[in-house]
Amino acid sequence: MESTNKYQRYHRQTVLKKFGTAAQDKLFQAKVLVVGAGGLGCPALQYLAAAGVGTIGIIDFDVIELTNLQRQTLFNIEDIGKPKAEIAARKLNSFNPDIQFPVYNVKLEPKNALEIIENYDLVIDGSDNFPTRYLVNDACLLLNKPLVYGTVLRFEGQLGVFNLTDIETGSLTNYRDIFPKPPLPSSVLSCDQAGVLGVLPGIIGTMQAAEAIKIITGIGKPLCNKIVSYNLLSNLFYEFSISAAKEINATFPKTKSEFLNFDYEWFCGAAQESNEITIDEFDALRKKETITIIDIREKGELPVLDEVSFTQIPWSRFEEAVSTFSKKNKMVIFCQSGILSLTAVKLLLEKFPTCQAYSLKGGVEALKKYHHKSSQTSPINSG
Amino acid sequence: MEINVLTFGQVTDITAETSLKIPDVKNTDELIQLLEKTYPALKSIQYSIAVNRKMIQENTMLQNEDTVAILPPFSGG
Repeated sequence: MESTNKYQRYHRQTVLKKFGTAAQDKLFQAKVLVVGAGGLGCPALQYLAAAGVGTIGIIDFDVIELTNLQRQTLFNIEDIGKPKAEIAARKLNSFNPDIQFPVYNVKLEPKNALEIIENYDLVIDGSDNFPTRYLVNDACLLLNKPLVYGTVLRFEGQLGVFNLTDIETGSLTNYRDIFPKPPLPSSVLSCDQAGVLGVLPGIIGTMQAAEAIKIITGIGKPLCNKIVSYNLLSNLFYEFSISAAKEINATFPKTKSEFLNFDYEWFCGAAQESNEITIDEFDALRKKETITIIDIREKGELPVLDEVSFTQIPWSRFEEAVSTFSKKNKMVIFCQSGILSLTAVKLLLEKFPTCQAYSLKGGVEALKKYHHKSSQTSPINSG
Repeated sequence: MEINVLTFGQVTDITAETSLKIPDVKNTDELIQLLEKTYPALKSIQYSIAVNRKMIQENTMLQNEDTVAILPPFSGG
């Protein structure tokens, strides 16, 4: 095969008048990262590899399960239990050995996302959870990479292109312009629970690959600033146009250091349910990581708290003091009973939308009761 | 005055219809209030609203025959 012309394999697309070898060269040069080698990732990967995209990164930390095979078309029975990213790369490599397939068998997190994504020209999001979707969106914003978004549930899918300037209007939008905040974890359905017809991610994932190819080669009009909803049962496509949210509503991390400190699991989980943290959650959080604990009671208010170390910033001068806060750590604010601290958290979130501040439910009174109880019960538990 | 309402994903589970006709509402806030009164479960989920295919972020006046689409987020992949 070495003697064959490098374009021969791609003849059916290079022969296209709007495409030619010039577009093919752009594909050879392109670097695309596919996040998630699942229902959306498999077809996207297959068509990107078929089209001759030069470098295709694959990130997934999951292993293949029997229930994946109904839609994840790169995998066989004998692959069950093996890592998705590695198996996908191995299959694709034998399909098109001219392509580089960097494998990232890791969970995408703030600490690794920027260094992975910056190596690519474009990202395809085929993830299956909100923390990863918000993380990928925010990382692409920071690094200025176009993002091809897709998602599926049951018989419906969504497709869109974010962070790519529309050359006609000059506007630029992202996922947070549609959904500024993630939904409550208790209110959303996953494909595990609600199901998905296997062919649906095949359709949406293939459309994601098509959008990526359009963006790379410059043919046609990519779906920028729009999302399309597709209903497989009724064959209806419904297009939504998006406009950029006003800056005031934009709660995404705006700098790399804000991004590195942003806890996406938290943002999409417990924190969404309320800005309050229970004593148990507080205790667990304190053991897990360094947090900033702030007492907003006035000086001399009782009881004195000696069970935890904290900073004292009385409510009377809280507003002037907040601007000097370090927003790196999660903050837990407490008062006597947990009422005033809610107001303090609200004020903080208004001033610093990306800070992670929580009000201690029940305040010092509840905390004292908790420590009293646990000091009484701990000898019994440990025995 | 009549507004066409299109529903998607979990919103359709709640309304049991992919399309509804709602009379006599002046703006999107009124429409949402009315829908949440008729379908209280709507209050417990998140969604975005589009008027004539344009996503909106604030209350928007409605004209006769306008189409309002209600799109919830989902994250399956």
